[in-house]
Amino acid sequence: MAADEIVFWVFAPISIGSAIAMLLQRNAVHAALFLVVNFFTIAVFYLVLGASFLFAVQIIVYAGAIMVLFLFVIMLLGVDREETLVERLRGQRVLAVVLGAGIAIELVVAIRAGIGFATKAPANFDETVNQGGNAQALARVLFLQYFFPFEVTSVLLIVAAIAVVVFASRRRRAITRAEAVTAGHREAA
Amino acid sequence: MSTPIAYFVAVSAMLFAIGTVGVLVRKNALVIFMSVELQLNAVNLALVAFSRMHGNLNGQVVAFFSMVVAAAEVVVGLAIIVTVYRRRQSASVDDLTVLRG
Repeated sequence: MAADEIVFWVFAPISIGSAIAMLLQRNAVHAALFLVVNFFTIAVFYLVLGASFLFAVQIIVYAGAIMVLFLFVIMLLGVDREETLVERLRGQRVLAVVLGAGIAIELVVAIRAGIGFATKAPANFDETVNQGGNAQALARVLFLQYFFPFEVTSVLLIVAAIAVVVFASRRRRAITRAEAVTAGHREAA
Repeated sequence: MSTPIAYFVAVSAMLFAIGTVGVLVRKNALVIFMSVELQLNAVNLALVAFSRMHGNLNGQVVAFFSMVVAAAEVVVGLAIIVTVYRRRQSASVDDLTVLRG
């Protein structure tokens, strides 16, 4: 059994298990922590697949920045209390699980039809494609072939930053009619 | 590399399905958002696996771009959730019924 097979069979159950655990946790903080575990296992898969740059980016950006942002918002809002289990639509939960299982089965069948479960990747990926290191090879592709999309992402980041400033710095203003109605309900209750 | 590529793609498919169930089942807007992140990560894994199979780096570049977009999306989405919470004192999607006909 080769090293990458051992790594795969150790981390694949952890990956699926942590995702299912995230789904079943009623506490939002616990769900976020299981998602961090899941992001780490995906980073390990990247490493096995020869994408060592994305491995680092996955840990820094996802497990580091994005999940810290999530935890920060959960704790800022204090929504870490458990959510209710009342179903507004009858049978929604059962139907969702059935349809989710349907998607999983359909995708696996599609993979089997598309590439088959025996197709193996070429062995000399690191010597040919990743020549000089994965980060260097990725930089060559990114800055030669994908330079314009790369520049466009900077515009996207600026737009996102401006949007967040607009959301966060909203001053008090006259309340809307809908808010007045719900506030009235809350007082009456 | 002796692990078939389809195994990685199959893990990715299962993670995507779990994320879909999470979006459909959960009530807390933050947890729904986390499930969306799980789906994005599942697709990234599939992209990197296909990049490995085809022997070029285009899939990795697309995964890199989708990470950038996901980071921007998370920032804006969390700002929206915080704004909604400030107004309604709730992060449950069941309470957002103002647009109900």
